[in-house]
Amino acid sequence: MARRPIEFRHNGEEKAAFVADGQNLLDVLRRGIGDLTPKYGCGQGTCGACTVLIDGLPHLSCLTLAESVAGRSVDTVAGLANGSLSPLQEAFMDNFAAQCGYCTDGMLMAAEALLRANPRPSRTEVVEAISGNLCRCTGYEAIINAVLAAAERGGVRRAG
Amino acid sequence: MPLTVETFATFAEAGRAFASARDARFMGGGTLVMRALNEADPAFAHIIRTTDPALRAIRVAGGVLELGAHVTMAMLLANRDAAFLAPVARVIGGPQVRSAATVAGNLFAARPYGDFAGALMALGATAETADGRRMPVEELMRPGVARTLVGAIHVPVPQERLLFAKVSRVKPKGVSVLSIAALLPKRGGRIEGARVVFCGMGPHPMRAAGAERALNGATLDAATIARAAAAATEGLEPADDALASAWYRREVASVHLARVLKEAR
Repeated sequence: MARRPIEFRHNGEEKAAFVADGQNLLDVLRRGIGDLTPKYGCGQGTCGACTVLIDGLPHLSCLTLAESVAGRSVDTVAGLANGSLSPLQEAFMDNFAAQCGYCTDGMLMAAEALLRANPRPSRTEVVEAISGNLCRCTGYEAIINAVLAAAERGGVRRAG
Repeated sequence: MPLTVETFATFAEAGRAFASARDARFMGGGTLVMRALNEADPAFAHIIRTTDPALRAIRVAGGVLELGAHVTMAMLLANRDAAFLAPVARVIGGPQVRSAATVAGNLFAARPYGDFAGALMALGATAETADGRRMPVEELMRPGVARTLVGAIHVPVPQERLLFAKVSRVKPKGVSVLSIAALLPKRGGRIEGARVVFCGMGPHPMRAAGAERALNGATLDAATIARAAAAATEGLEPADDALASAWYRREVASVHLARVLKEAR
């Protein structure tokens, strides 16, 4: 199968990868450059476990054609911590917002997108922002509380 | 069969390639085609796409909103000129889907998706095809229409508020049991040229001819709303699926139409 080179910015660093025709971004992130934070859940755009930010907007990496991110910026949970956890990650820990943890990376990136655009969201806005992410453990309340707590603490911190 | 992806710099080039490759699938935002790829859909092995920036343009001219095919729901929500479409764009998928899902892609989204296409039908929008034709979205929705590549959508800016309701079991993000889009132009206080469109009440978005007949020439009072609701499902063909039975859809369609119309009073 033909493979073609692409270059993109991954958590602020320039990265290059060879991608196959039709290969999705999630596969390139996990297998191509070794970032295991986005998770493979449904592959159908339903669960949100693979959420990453592309040019600051939340996207489903499993439904993103890898070659379409050439020249663009891709942020994942791996870029949130900068020596220490980000305020959002700390709030998730403090509010017991993770149980099995499989949805957590996607939840964090959906919340990160919200807080970058809207540092002081309402509860309704948090619910809307994570509506594309499924969690089968927490019942969502702890996650919503964590995002609101992170907003109170000053929201997001840019890596780098 | 190995998969081939061809990316063209211009829509014109992509259109020519699409016309000559009868087995190819066109990819816009990827929410439909990538999903099919992940499911190893054997129906296609050839994808055509374009990076033409013209397809991401939004502009208003002469009372018509022109949307490039690759305009996403998120782009619509951020654009003041497209504010009348915001209530519809806001309920298409979740935030991640809205970042990628395109206005033209929604025209080809099979049930239970395609609520945006229903709204475009209610607004009397037309699609501009790769071969330069203008085709009403309503015509594009009909079964058996020839394979078509859409480059832009032209939406007449309505004088009246577009009425819209999406009925889903999961809030705030859930697929439609059905959705309703309605435009009720008025002349001299009476409705003239009503367009009421149901999604989920047939194999494609469908006009509710009975409801439109009840509304046209009338004022939007309680008696008119009752008549429109009673005729809501005339000619519609809901199906049983995992979301709801056809019986359930028939039962609730008139209730939801009445609610939408009451809200407009």
